[in-house]
Order: sequence, then structure tokens, then C-alpha cells
Amino acid sequence: MTTTDLGLPGLAGVPTSDEPQKAKDYKSDQEVRWCPGCGDYVVLNAVQSFLPSLGLKRENIVFISGIGCSSRFPYYMNTYGMHSIHGRAPAIATGLATARPDLSVWVVTGDGDALSIGGNHLIHTLRRNVNLKILLFNNRIYGLTKGQYSPTSEAGKVTKSTPMGSLDHPFNPVSLALGAEGTFVGRALDSDRKGLTEVLRQAAEHRGSALVEIYQNCPIFNDGAFDVLKEPGEAERRLIPLEHGKPIRFGANGEYGVVRAGFGSLEVAKVSEVGEDALVVHDAHAEDPSYAFALSRLSAQDLSHTVTGVFRSVRRATYDDQTRAQVEDAKASRPADLASLLRGKDTWTVVG
Amino acid sequence: MSTGVNAPRPTAVTKLDRVVIRFAGDSGDGMQLTGDRFTSEAAAFGNDLSTMPNFPAEIRAPQGTIPGVSSFQVHFADYDILTPGDRPDVLVAMNPAALKANIADLPAGGTLIVNTDEFVKRNLTKVGYDGSPLDDDSLAAYQVHQVAMATLTQGALADTGLGKKDAERCKNMFALGLLSWMYHRPTEGTERFLREKFAKKPDIAEANVLAFRAGWNYGETTEAFAVTYEVAPAKLAPGTYRQITGNTALAYGLVAAAQQSKLPVVLGTYPITPASDILHELSKHKQFGITTLQAEDEIAGICAALGASYGGALGVTSTSGPGIALKSETIGLGVMTELPLVVIDVQRGGPSTGLPTKTEQSDLLQAMFGRNGESPVPIVAPQSPADCFNAALEATNIALKYRTPVLLLSDGAVANGSEPWRLPEVDDLPDLTVEFATEPNGPDGTFLPYLRDPETLARAWAVPGTAGLQHRIGGLEKADGTGNISYEPDNHDKMVRLRQAKVDGIPVPDLTVDDPSGKARVLVLGWGSSYGPIGAACRRVRKAGQSIAQAHLRNLNPFPANLGDVLRAYDKVVVPEMNLGQLALLLRGRYLVDVISYTKVAGLPFKAEELQNVLTDIVKGVDAA
Repeated sequence: MTTTDLGLPGLAGVPTSDEPQKAKDYKSDQEVRWCPGCGDYVVLNAVQSFLPSLGLKRENIVFISGIGCSSRFPYYMNTYGMHSIHGRAPAIATGLATARPDLSVWVVTGDGDALSIGGNHLIHTLRRNVNLKILLFNNRIYGLTKGQYSPTSEAGKVTKSTPMGSLDHPFNPVSLALGAEGTFVGRALDSDRKGLTEVLRQAAEHRGSALVEIYQNCPIFNDGAFDVLKEPGEAERRLIPLEHGKPIRFGANGEYGVVRAGFGSLEVAKVSEVGEDALVVHDAHAEDPSYAFALSRLSAQDLSHTVTGVFRSVRRATYDDQTRAQVEDAKASRPADLASLLRGKDTWTVVG
Repeated sequence: MSTGVNAPRPTAVTKLDRVVIRFAGDSGDGMQLTGDRFTSEAAAFGNDLSTMPNFPAEIRAPQGTIPGVSSFQVHFADYDILTPGDRPDVLVAMNPAALKANIADLPAGGTLIVNTDEFVKRNLTKVGYDGSPLDDDSLAAYQVHQVAMATLTQGALADTGLGKKDAERCKNMFALGLLSWMYHRPTEGTERFLREKFAKKPDIAEANVLAFRAGWNYGETTEAFAVTYEVAPAKLAPGTYRQITGNTALAYGLVAAAQQSKLPVVLGTYPITPASDILHELSKHKQFGITTLQAEDEIAGICAALGASYGGALGVTSTSGPGIALKSETIGLGVMTELPLVVIDVQRGGPSTGLPTKTEQSDLLQAMFGRNGESPVPIVAPQSPADCFNAALEATNIALKYRTPVLLLSDGAVANGSEPWRLPEVDDLPDLTVEFATEPNGPDGTFLPYLRDPETLARAWAVPGTAGLQHRIGGLEKADGTGNISYEPDNHDKMVRLRQAKVDGIPVPDLTVDDPSGKARVLVLGWGSSYGPIGAACRRVRKAGQSIAQAHLRNLNPFPANLGDVLRAYDKVVVPEMNLGQLALLLRGRYLVDVISYTKVAGLPFKAEELQNVLTDIVKGVDAA
């Protein structure tokens, strides 16, 4: 059985294993050294539990990370992995994924790593649509350097480096990824194992770059940043889960929904006021990214609303597939004759 | 010789052993193409040759201005030569700016060929001439030939139906035709070249061929040129030769490295002068299993290359000094993860953006030390354009065998200059095949990624996809053997020393000294592209009856094992460099030998005459002492 037979185009070319796998097969012998209560543990467990379902050979999976708390992730995975340098994981992964079609390549990064120092590589990886999966752990703070504000911190954030409040307007990572021509963009909460696993599954299936933003709690420097999305009573009226082909509806009793507003934007409305027929039916495959972008703008910095699930999943040729195709085309059409190349067109001979 | 332009010669023929010609004009005049074609003709004829293009960083600086002048110097001879020549014997000046910018280099008695059509008031004023230098006696020291090249070209193309402006643009081929006539050059190569270059515009191709022939015929029919010159083919070592630039040779070396290592090559790079031609060249040869990746920036370029190396390919990145500055952190990651990586630095004038199109050797210390921490990397520097081929193979060999980034220090002079290259036999190229780890190498079936080969100290290299050898690497300090994160003080000390010992232990050939007399008391030691001018200077010193020894470093890290002994064997050691004494600093620090540092940072290669004077003074001083 191949990954193509399994209906996983994102993993086409990656060899599968007939051996049944368990989560513990993906645990390395290294002691996990995140702070107690860190959201990273939950994500690590979710990933280790999810990967066996792909049925890939473990040795054909690679995790590449940058720098930051979340970037220790590869050390804890019993796969191949590289803990690289700050912000550069997408660029390293691009080279690896281009050179090796038989690998499932995952990038683990954080809000500082991906959006600050590595912002350039992130956007260019997404526009090229390299076949790799990017897990962006967003805790809205710098953890490893002990608590400075990050590019996703809410404006006015008081931290060690901003005692009078931060001045920068934050990024919305989903909006950024969509603006960077991302073909797959999703979001999940660390605490929502089921939702996270579903987004990871779809990301793995996707052939091309997949960006998954994971809201992740830092219990030391930004504790409770996402608590309102987890509290009963609050979560229901704030979280807007997406499901392809279904009307976008939420609330404890489904009393809220998403409707179209002016200039292509979307807004939240009470279903009782607008009627069920007015609700937008989610289409993750819409070619025009402006719909997914409008969805991303429903997510407010104060978390009054947070959209989760897969915003966008569209097919577009991947950079690495096309790069390899050019090499194969060249091999098929021209002989690799080194002596002839070196000789060139004009030579002369000196006789002894 | 082809038919069509070659008629019997009425003029006297003088035989010369060497000639230096400089074509100079506006950036838009096609001087690089003209020089390149003349060079190809000289190569096809069998001369030894050496070239030096010199052009502004601006693509089209304001027309007719000094900053917009572009020139190409070619030195060809009937014996083996080492440099593009200090000064031209013949200067072709296509406009007043070209004349003004270059005339100081033409020695008295030299030949000056001027395109008079451009010597109008507006152009003269633009470069600060009050009147035309063609009308006063300021050029009296030279043999001046005034040729209305644009007018003559337009006349020759009058019947082609080509517009006046298009016709005028062919005047560089007129100049080439005239010079080709003067020096008895073969012409069929240029005609073939023009028809291929303009294959999609046959009328333009024919116009250029016509202009080229018109220039030849002008020389033939006017009586302005009393003498033509012959430079016989050079007696080079037997073999098949071609002309090649440094960047092309370097790219070919990487293609050969792909073949000899049987690995795919992934070039991750970002365009930068003067290294971009390596990307351009390699992107044409994908059939050899070469992937070229034009990244979003310098950092992404090297990161993609390192990622490919991690996957078992040969990762290569190419750049110039400013790019190395950006790549430093990733080179450090390559040192820490001990992965093969070829890092090409085609040096240019610095600091900062500096002189993008000019040459310099000022990145040696950056290559050596330009990273945080103790981060040793081997350094290889080619000494001439053709030598770039071997340097690429050598850098690859070291990178693969020792699992390390290797710095290859080319420079603008080597990269854009050209010379004849004796083609190697493909069967004689070195075997660069690598053995990847495929089996556990530790106790109980474990894999120790940092277990080292006792001889080379290279670590075991297992690529993703190898069953049972899953492991993690990264930029944090590694525990010896396991490669796990380790903050242990003793382990760090051990690993720092191991990484250094690995590089220090790379065997490089002993330094050879050239001293025909066997009596020299002064040694001149260079590195990289200064080989040519230093060698030419030594020949002159010896010709004048003095003894001098010459040695040239190709491996800058590690140094040859006998370097200290060589340095201490001479009364004086002179180290000429196109920087402020970077090699001299290393030699003094390493060997406690007080070398004499002679430096120049003008953006141009040393002149043989200049070095001859420096060396002569030092040799005389030692002999007098």
C-alpha cells in the first residue's frame, strides 16, 4: 500500500510501514524539558498520537525546528530531526523537501521564530508552496528569552522589555499566511486534542505548504493567554469552528452564525435575527483567498472571536515537485556528458 | 581563415611575442562582448591569453560619462603568460569618456584607435575636455588612428534597411573587425558566434557580420595602418585547450563533483555580483542532477543548501562578501552539525556594499574567523580562472570526506577573467564517493551520530530514510558520540577541540617553492588570484639577474604542514595582498615570522611592474646587508 492509495497526496512518495505503530514509537529517549504545565506537552502528545495513523515509515519523517521553546520539539520525536537556528527552519526544510521527495517534512516554530526573525522565510515558503507542514506554536510571548513581547502580543503588552506597554500592532498569523499565498491554513487550540488532530490530519493530506497555527499556553510568562477560549460559558460564544461544506454556526446552542457583510467581509450575527439561510457555508476550497481572509479577520486580538479549523485548502503545484520535474526533464532530454560539457564549442590542440 | 574578408596583405608584418589590447567604451557600447570575441579568436589561434574585464556596477550609468566607461583588456602571447597585462599596447576608445578614463594607462608610443564620431562638443564637455584632444597635441606621444567608426558602420549597412540607430549599434563589431585584421586573427568563429547569438533576428546577425567585415576591410583598404602584427601560437603543454572564465570553471567543477560523488547537487543561492554567473551556469546543467534554488535571501540560500546536505545531497551556496556576512550563522550550524557544505565567496571590494564589480582579497579573515565561537572551516583559494575547476573539486572532496562547510575563496579578477584551460581527462578526475552510515554503530544496536572515524575524525553521516538510525542533530552543543544535547563543561571543551582537530588534520599538499637559482634569500608568498602578477614579477626580477623564490598558498586552512619551515628558510618573506595584510597577520601569529606585508586595495589586480619594483628593492636590500 502506498500513500497515494491511502488518499494522502501530501505524502505521495513517502514509504509506508506495514507494522502497526503506537504513539510511544514516536517518543525519543530524551527527557522532555519544557516547564510543567506548558502547552507544548499537549501538542507533542497530540502529534505523537496522530502520526501512527499516517502509517509512514518513521525513518522517513523529519522534524525541523528553529529556536525557541517549541523548537526543542524534534529532540523528543523518535524520527529524524534538526534543531536549527533562529527563524531559518522553513528555509532548511525547503532544501530538504526539494532534495528528498520520499520524506514527510514538518517544521516546528513559534510566534517569534516564524513571524519575527524568520518572517521572510515563512512567507516565501508559503508562496512557493513547498510540500512541508508548518506547526506554528503561538503563545504570544517570548518564552526562552524570559518574557519579552512577541509579534503576536496584543498592543500595550507590559513585559520586561516594554514596561510602559508594547507599541507594535500584532500580526494575525492566519491573515499573514493567506496574504502570502498559502494554499493550506488552519488553526487549533492546544487544549482541543480532537480539533488539533483533525487539522493536523488535513495538513498532512495536503500536498503543498500547510500552516497550522496552534494557540499554546505559556504558564510562566503569559499564563492564561487563551483561558477565555477554554472556559465553559465563554468558549462557546467566542470559538467559531469551521467545517467544510457546513454553515458556520456556533454558540452553546448554535445561536450565532457568520454572515456576509459589506466589501466582501464577514461578520457574526445572531441566527434568530438573520435566519439560517443567511449563514455562510464554509468552503475551504474556494480559489479566491479573500473569503478565507475575511474569515481570518473575524478573529480579534482580544479573542472576542476566534476561528478554528481549516480556513483554506486549495491545490496548487508545489515548488519541490516542479523543481524535480525540471531536473527529470533535463535528464530525459539531454545526455549528462561531462567530457562534452567541459570541451564546449571551441577548442584547440597543442601537439607536443 | 574564412573567406570573405581576407584579401592579400599589402602592409608590412611585424612579429610580436605578446600584445595587450584594451577595448574601452560606454557601458552600452558592447565592449565586454567585443573583448570576449577577440579573446575567443586569440584562443582559437592558439595563443596563451589572460583577460581582465572592468565595468561599472551600474547597468547603464549616464551615457558618455566617466562612471559609465566599461573596458575589457586582453593579453595574448606566443608563450605562457600569467596576467592580463599591466598596461595596454593598444587602446581602443569608443568615446571621449573612454579616452579620458584610460589614456593614462597607455605608455608613450602606444597605439590609440579612436572612434571620432563621438568626439563632438557635447560629449567632450560632459567629461571636462575644453577642446577635442584629437585637435591639440595632447596625444602626440601616441600613434593615433582616427576612425569614424559609427559613420563607416552606418555606411556599410546602408543597404540592409536597418535603421540608423540599429546600424550604429554595430560599431563595436567594426572595431573588432579592424583589430582582427591588425592582428591576423581568425574570423570564422566570430561570424558563427554572431549568427548563433542573433539566430532569432537574422537581419541583426547579418548586420553585425557586415560591420565586422567592414572593419576588417577598412584596415585592408585604407593606408592608415602601415603595419600589421602577428603573435604566433603559444608553446603550451600538449593537450586540448579551451578558453574559460573563473566562474564557468567553478560551475563546471561542481558539475564534475556531482558526477564524481554520484550525489545530486543542490545550489541554494541569491544573486549577487560577481558570483551570479555560477548560478546562471549551473542552472543550465540540470541533466547532471543539479538543482538550482534561487532563494528569497542569502540566508535562505545557504539554509536550503544545508537542508539538502542533511538529506544526503551535496549542498552548495555561492555569494560574495556581503552574502558571507549573512550566511555566517548557518555556516556555524554546518560546523556544529558536521554536515558537508561548499560555500563559495567570490570576493569583491568591501566593506559593506563596497565595490561590487571590482576585485579584492579582503574576506580571508571573515572566512577564517567570521563566526561566533570556535568555528573552524577549511579554506581553499584558486589561483587563476582555470584553477577554479580543481578548487571546486578539492573543496567538495574536503566537505564530503570531513563533513564540514568549506570556504572557497575566489575573487572578481579570477571569476570574470579568462585564460586557456587544458581539458582534464574525465576518467582521471578524483573519486568523491561517500559512504553513508546504514547500520547501528553503538552498543545494543544504537546509532551514535557523533562517533568519529579515528583517522579523519569525520562523524557518521546517516541520512533521513535510513531505518533504525533515527537521530536528532542541531546547533546546541553535542554530547560526544550520542550527539544529544550536552551542557557538560568537559564535553564542550572536548568537542571544541575535536572540531578544531578535525580541520587541522586535513592533509593538504606541502607548499612547493619555485627558485630556479636555488640561491634566493627572499621568498614572495601569495594566495589566490595574485598568483599571476606575483609570478610575472618574479620572472622580471630573475630576468634582471636577481634571485627570488616564489610560493603560493592554495590551502589557507589548514596551512600546509611545511609552511613554517619554508617561511623560516628565507632572510625575508614578502606577502603581497589585495587587503591590509590579512594573510600576513595569520602568518605572524601562527609562525612568529615577521613577514613583510605589501598591500594594495585599489579594486584592481596588482601590476607585475609594481610588484617587480617592490621585490627588487627588497632583494637588493638583503643582498646589500
